[in-house]
Amino acid sequence: MSSEMTVWPSQSRDPAAPASAPVGKSENSSHHARIRVPRSVPRAVARGAAIVVVAALLVSLPLLVTDYVLSAILVPVLALALAGIGQNFITGYAGQLSVGSAAFMSVGAFATYDASSHLHGLPLLASFAFGGFVAGVVGLFFGLPSLRIRGFYLVVSTLAAQFFVVWLFTKVGWFSDYSASGVITAPKLSVAGFDLSSPGGHYWLSLFVVAPLTVLGRNLVRGRLGRSWMAVRDMETAAAVVGVRTEQAKLLAFGIGSFYCGVAGALWAFAYLGTVEPHGLDLDRSFQVLFIVILGGLGSIAGPFVGAAFVILFPVALDRLGSVLVGGSVDAGLLQNVEKIIFGALVILLLIKQPAGMARLLQIAWLRIGRWRPRQA
Amino acid sequence: MAFFFEVLIGGLLAGVMYTMVALGFVLIYKASGVFNFAQGSMVLFAALTLVTLLERGLALPWALAASAGVMLVVAVAIERVVLRPLVHAPPMALFLATLGLAFVLEGLAQLVYGTQVHGLELGISDAPIHGLPIEISKFDLFSAGVAAALVAAIGILFQTTRAGVGLRAVADDPLAAVAVGLDLSRLWAIAWGGAGLVALVAGLLWGARVGVQFSLSLVVLKALPVLIIGGFSSIGGVIAGGLIVGASEKLAEVYVGSHIGGGIESWFPYVLAVGFLLARPTGLFGERRVERV
Amino acid sequence: MLRSRVSTYASILSAALLASACRSNSENAAASGAAPTIASSGPVVGKEQYFPLQSYRVGPYAAGGSGFFGGFIDYMQLVNIRDGGVNGVKLTWSECETEYVVERGVECYERLKGGLNGAPVAAMNPLSVGIAYATIDRQTADKIPLITINHGRTDSTDGRVFPYVFPLSLNPYSEISAIINYIGEREGGLDHLSGKKIAVLYHGSPYGKETQPIAELLAKKYGFGVTHIEVPHPGTEQESQWLQIKRLAPNWIILRGWGIMNPVAIKTAAKIGFPVDHIIGNIWSNSEEDVIPAGPAAVGYIAITTHPSGRDFPVLSEVDKYVLSAGKGNMADPKRVGTGYYNLGINNGILNIEAVRVAQTKFGNVPLTGEQVRWGFEHINIDGNRLKELGAVGLLQPIKVTCQDHEGGGAVRFVQWDGTQFKRISDWVKADRALLRPIIEDSSTKYAKEKGLSIRDCDGEAKL
Repeated sequence: MSSEMTVWPSQSRDPAAPASAPVGKSENSSHHARIRVPRSVPRAVARGAAIVVVAALLVSLPLLVTDYVLSAILVPVLALALAGIGQNFITGYAGQLSVGSAAFMSVGAFATYDASSHLHGLPLLASFAFGGFVAGVVGLFFGLPSLRIRGFYLVVSTLAAQFFVVWLFTKVGWFSDYSASGVITAPKLSVAGFDLSSPGGHYWLSLFVVAPLTVLGRNLVRGRLGRSWMAVRDMETAAAVVGVRTEQAKLLAFGIGSFYCGVAGALWAFAYLGTVEPHGLDLDRSFQVLFIVILGGLGSIAGPFVGAAFVILFPVALDRLGSVLVGGSVDAGLLQNVEKIIFGALVILLLIKQPAGMARLLQIAWLRIGRWRPRQA
Repeated sequence: MAFFFEVLIGGLLAGVMYTMVALGFVLIYKASGVFNFAQGSMVLFAALTLVTLLERGLALPWALAASAGVMLVVAVAIERVVLRPLVHAPPMALFLATLGLAFVLEGLAQLVYGTQVHGLELGISDAPIHGLPIEISKFDLFSAGVAAALVAAIGILFQTTRAGVGLRAVADDPLAAVAVGLDLSRLWAIAWGGAGLVALVAGLLWGARVGVQFSLSLVVLKALPVLIIGGFSSIGGVIAGGLIVGASEKLAEVYVGSHIGGGIESWFPYVLAVGFLLARPTGLFGERRVERV
Repeated sequence: MLRSRVSTYASILSAALLASACRSNSENAAASGAAPTIASSGPVVGKEQYFPLQSYRVGPYAAGGSGFFGGFIDYMQLVNIRDGGVNGVKLTWSECETEYVVERGVECYERLKGGLNGAPVAAMNPLSVGIAYATIDRQTADKIPLITINHGRTDSTDGRVFPYVFPLSLNPYSEISAIINYIGEREGGLDHLSGKKIAVLYHGSPYGKETQPIAELLAKKYGFGVTHIEVPHPGTEQESQWLQIKRLAPNWIILRGWGIMNPVAIKTAAKIGFPVDHIIGNIWSNSEEDVIPAGPAAVGYIAITTHPSGRDFPVLSEVDKYVLSAGKGNMADPKRVGTGYYNLGINNGILNIEAVRVAQTKFGNVPLTGEQVRWGFEHINIDGNRLKELGAVGLLQPIKVTCQDHEGGGAVRFVQWDGTQFKRISDWVKADRALLRPIIEDSSTKYAKEKGLSIRDCDGEAKL
């Protein structure tokens, strides 16, 4: 956003800035054609400082919040948001309908488990990467039909993946190391010698996996691949005509998206629940991830975080509110059903108000705040 | 050989039951292009209404009529309150809205009708009819007959009545339909009302088969491959799709599944649907869509 | 526009609430004249012993959940009202809805594990395998006992590896062993099982599969043929499975079902002509909710139980006298008192409160921590005399929990559905626990090695 050599002083790339902002010294020297100090250096410094502050805050969170918030709110939000980012690559950016996110999460979780239990001494993050990789390959395979099938019908491919994966992991004992119950339990978590089995440790593990992948994802969608994805989504035939490699783009969307889902599944199993059962990552979970993505905002990287926070926090908040308001005087079942209805109704209302999702709602609110200026004297 | 036919017939009859549920999806998709994820909850709500009225002592015909009335009100309310404001929303938002609607309906159903399980006895025996070479029960024949009647009724609706022809016009080209003066909102109300009634019939038959409880809404899982194979907007396709899915999944489970541990019924119809689509990307009977460049 | 929509929703919601209020009022009118006070939390006065309840009253398993937690709460009310608490320490509880979903159960655990207004947590009773698996590590670290009555990890029976997990009264291996023993009885002796065919129809999930190795072991021991047939979740359609059974023509069928799979299995069995009185349901296929939807087809169906239905037990008369008549019953529909899940809740209540009582003998008559209550659980010894005192003879089996044996029971009764209720057709039939123990220990030592846990020395601890 810096403008090192401004040619037209009135041109502004910041939509929130009013057209008649007081122009600094450098703006008026257009005719001198010198290399000027960019006007937005202070802005870049401010932005850098903000990032450092936010990062410091995120890292030191375990010292500030309770174990409950860490292990029951933050970790699942991070894991689900990562799955949402992956789902967004496939559905939000590349426009390919997929309901298989839970299947890819499952593949990631089991692959990570099998890697860490069979290859002794493999570092934890390496087994996460392996799990993601296997999930990516599986996602690529189930994404192949997208080369021939378009539109809503494509959903059947990932639906098949969803049911097949659940069946496979329940049926074939090898994946769960022949445990009698078919349920895998996570081993002790430690990275580079640091023991991560406390709630704070789980949080740090999730943060240090999700944050880099988020930044990577952000760069991905702003780059060439992201643009080819959006071209495929919006006008596929035209894109093919002008030379966009649509088939490659679609397959990469599935591959990379399911890689993200796979890592998210590994986080879900290792950092959050400590265990995973094939049925715990079933079609309902896929719908939940889709929920998060659409509610948060299709085609955005920040959206899944907002969506995941909403999906996890809202029922809890409603529950607490309900017990405070009516408490012991109302039948518990009644209260719960009312909360369910309110949740569904709120989703519908949100969608009516802003079909582009909550991220867009927040963006608009942020812009409105940005536009506010104190009255001139 | 007789066993093979038994499995085949059993599969076809199961497919008829799947078709029943899928019909509701088709009605709504044909009219408003929305995949109504709340159809399962509508089946549940309808069945619970019926069974509660029956348990309160109402005779079956009256209970059916009252439930039909309730479902019409519910369906039209959904169309007006949820779908109308979202008419210009992207399809994903619409789909998610029906997901939210499913939550509302499920919560409402358990709130109003409670959480107990119910049996639904229609007085038609499910025991096999003696004397036939293959075992079919009276209930199987009854449900097949009801499904046939329902499909015929919907077919007649679409071919001969003004509303039906109007719905087909809307499915074909909504803008042109509006241009010639068709009342879109009235047609949508009719489509949703029809889906509500179909949900009641499906709830009646499935409820008599498996009992009426919350998990009844899960019967829609098998409707999805039926719709994909048959095409989302074709009645004939849904029938064919239902029979194909039912027969193939049963045969696969018995002859292939038993060798690899069983349980392949859960994913086989979907894999089959993928295969169908790879061969014919718009479904068996679905319309060929012109892709916009 | 938004305002009108909000008001539309509000009016729909209030109409629904009105309808449900009418329903519950009419149901309660017959039972007692007083308006029902359905409390979701107990008295909060001074210091009590706290039982957080990860309950489920919404969703597909709400029927069972509301029965179980209703019975548990009613028993705790009984102890509070009739006895003034456990040696003066009153019981308190609060509910947190999980909808049988694992992460909600985990969130509820984390939210409630700290206690309620100073009252410390005694134990957790989630009645869910998924939630149990996800909270085993947390609860062991937080030193709060996890009670998985009639279910859970079978190898958690070995208390040396799982000090904080208690699959009380019955574990999956004991289930199938007891059923085989009963079938042997019916066939005229275990040696008569040779040559017979038994089919196990199981739910397509780890729970359903869990007992396969034991079934095969027993088949080899007694010489019968066993075939396992899977029903994919949810099991609303079982045509192909039952046609396979018809071709196989087994003598007996063991049903390891869950939810809607059960009534569908019974109905489909009747449809293909298999005699329903040769189907034996396991511990999660044995409730009224499993047979009522099947209608007349279910008459004759047999199932195992560790908690026979009925109100003819002294403890239930007490509940009636002190709790229900005072209008403090938890069940919205009083007809459900005495049904299967409700009585399971009563048994669970008896066991939990007994653990607190036993722990108090060592640590004093004060509110106890989870670590102390754990000691209580490990020293439960309910024999015939104690059962008489509790008023639960025939309802609860004699249970003796030890450091090595966290199951404590392993016996079941057999009941048969007659169209309106489950009639008891046998006394307590034991499982062959000696046969099962080595297999359990194999699995638990493997788990200990995987997790780097040390195996407790039970004899060494007993000496302390």
